[in-house]
Amino acid sequence: MSKTLFASRGNLVGLLLLAVLLLVVFPLVFDIFRLNLVGKYLTYAFVALGLVLCWGNAGILSLGQGVFFGLGGYCMAMFLKLEASSPENTKIQSTPGIPDFMDWNQVTALPWFWEPFHSLSFSLVAVVVVPALFAFVIGLAMFKRRVGGVYFAIITQAIAAILTILIVGQQGYTGGINGITDLRTLKGWDIRTDHAKLILYFINGGLLLGALLLAQFVQQTKLGRLLVAMRDKEDRVRFSGYDVSSFRIFVFCFAAGLAAIGGAMFTLQVGFMSSSFIGIVPSIEMVIYCAVGGRSSLIGAVYGTLLINFGRSLLSESFPQLWQFAMGGLFIAIVMVFPDGLAGLYQTYAAPLIARRFRSGRGGGRIAAASTGSRVH
Amino acid sequence: MSAGDFSSDRPSALRRKLLFGMAAVPGLALLPRAVAAAAPAASVNSTGLAVTDSTVTVGILHSITGTMAISETGSVEAEKLAIAQINEQGGVLGRKIQVIQEDGASDWPTFAEKSKKLLVNDKVAAVFGCWTSASRKAVLPVFEQYNGMLYYPTFYEGLEQSKNVIYTGQEATQQILAGLDWVMKEKGAKTFYLLGSDYIWPRTSNKIARKHIEMHGLTVAGEEYFPLGNTEFNSVINKIKLKKPDVIYMSVVGGSNVAFYKQLKAAGIDLNKQTLMTISVTEDEILGIGGENIAGAYACMKYFQSLDNPNNKAFVPAFKKMWGEKAVIGDVTQAAYLGPWLWKLTVEKAGSFDIDKVAAASPGIEFKGAPEGYVRIHENHHLWSKSRVGRARADGQYDLVYETPDLMEPNPFPKGYQ
Repeated sequence: MSKTLFASRGNLVGLLLLAVLLLVVFPLVFDIFRLNLVGKYLTYAFVALGLVLCWGNAGILSLGQGVFFGLGGYCMAMFLKLEASSPENTKIQSTPGIPDFMDWNQVTALPWFWEPFHSLSFSLVAVVVVPALFAFVIGLAMFKRRVGGVYFAIITQAIAAILTILIVGQQGYTGGINGITDLRTLKGWDIRTDHAKLILYFINGGLLLGALLLAQFVQQTKLGRLLVAMRDKEDRVRFSGYDVSSFRIFVFCFAAGLAAIGGAMFTLQVGFMSSSFIGIVPSIEMVIYCAVGGRSSLIGAVYGTLLINFGRSLLSESFPQLWQFAMGGLFIAIVMVFPDGLAGLYQTYAAPLIARRFRSGRGGGRIAAASTGSRVH
Repeated sequence: MSAGDFSSDRPSALRRKLLFGMAAVPGLALLPRAVAAAAPAASVNSTGLAVTDSTVTVGILHSITGTMAISETGSVEAEKLAIAQINEQGGVLGRKIQVIQEDGASDWPTFAEKSKKLLVNDKVAAVFGCWTSASRKAVLPVFEQYNGMLYYPTFYEGLEQSKNVIYTGQEATQQILAGLDWVMKEKGAKTFYLLGSDYIWPRTSNKIARKHIEMHGLTVAGEEYFPLGNTEFNSVINKIKLKKPDVIYMSVVGGSNVAFYKQLKAAGIDLNKQTLMTISVTEDEILGIGGENIAGAYACMKYFQSLDNPNNKAFVPAFKKMWGEKAVIGDVTQAAYLGPWLWKLTVEKAGSFDIDKVAAASPGIEFKGAPEGYVRIHENHHLWSKSRVGRARADGQYDLVYETPDLMEPNPFPKGYQ
């Protein structure tokens, strides 16, 4: 099982390498524009991490993670929008002091559910709590009734579609299809400057590494092993006296919370949030990031996200007419040739080499054993 | 241009923000072009834009993939045609225009990313692009922050004006009011049924239409919205049959139109007897709908491919020569064609590629070669242009049935309609 690998030294090296790449190499190599783009890609990696736990480990395929990404992003965006909609900034509106899109839609007073978002601390708590709570309600309704597998995937997709329609339809309160745009400052700190983007990039990178460690911790505990056990033989776990549904609800909420943090960081770095992140297509794309990375490898998920998004940006800049075909080809190739994604490639080709080095250096057989063992899923 | 262009405008608190050093403009206009053309790059470009002694780089940013590609492709083609023609005539300030094209992929965050790339990395002197309101809203903060210049071609809902955007399509009141007046007068319409896709442009347009209809003491019999991409219109068609409105007023966009007009025809509503006015179906959309399904409907916009004037008679063949005999040209395609020309004229008047100077020099710029006839940039950065009503033919073209005698003033923040 891959659990033993994650406790291993090789894995620690992997984590350190990722940290160096994100926090040292990228900031040195890229200019601020590219770095900001990398920061944006990394916000999707939060979702991919959650999916590794949820799908790779626990076997729950959610095709609606965009919902939680979006809810987290919207919570952040609501705070920023209220700050940007001060009466001075909005004096050309018929009702100054409310967000511009409300004014366009003849909303004349701030709706009640916007009021608490004047407070930064409330908003930051809401970023995690609102999506996690939503996930809890969905999880409770599904897992307690033992809905799983394909049905769960379909229902999460339906939820993504419903929420998109709701947000688009209630444009006076949500900004509709345009989303919440033109976000400017966070407590007076201009988030649009290059300096702010650099700081946000590091905050984002730090949070991602923290999330990675937390997710790894979950994988290593008894809880993590139970999740895998439930994926492979649900009945046996149940017969052993464990409440399967509670564990599933937990991991689903955990993944939702991670996705939400990603959404909030996205809003901060990109400067807007729209319903186009909540729908079915982005949700499925997020599953693809995870699949390309190798669905049971946390570090693989981060690399998968980076690879796909870099590919998307570079291909679309070089071949504006053809890039979508190239991306489609890439997905098909990866799924057909490397079903375990980047992590699988690493385990098959790179890890034995590294292990041999280690063994010749120290004579430790444990790592080699672990790396071969990890090929079994 | 003359001072009269500005003094004739009604004063408004909003406009004050837009009076960027207008006093300097007439002086700049007198700069002889020959002098400007010979000027080295540094003197016409003080802010580090991608301008060399022989070239200037601009960006085109539209969706060429995804659901919007079908609509935006025409705009890309028109912009490339205009740029090719300008280059044939010697370019802008003696410099050939080079194009960097980016794909917005029908995805608003991608538009924001690509616009930032064009402005920050490529340092383009102008961007011709965007189509949907959502994509424009996504890029607007980027253009304002990095001080770029966007030429936006689509007819849109108004409620916006920016130093960094020139709106070459009609805003909502410009497009709607004349057509409504015409249908009230010519068709004696008393009741209207408003249908739209559910986003800001149809909602704002219908809000303005409703106010205008009610101001005339007439009735709105119904108002309904459908999600983008909706293809099921039978229930609303039944309601229309029951309520028998004099006019069906349509702002449903995109592929939904195909379903709507086919279902309308199948339900036995004959557009030669039932007046239908659309503000969202151009010649481009008719290609998908099929001329026989929409023949008889009226459209209200500022340009039809069939317009009979010398400019258009040169423009249509040039477009077909470049993009194929089967190409059709809709309202937005024509508006997109205006963008590069207006930019060229403005740069030459300003004698500089600097964004601030181009923005300041824009009001009053006239383009006499516009296929729609003649346009002039208002100080609110929208265009003065005529409004027209056309009637759809079975071959997919419109016959012009009415045009306003004068240019309509753009009024993005219409008093009394909000």
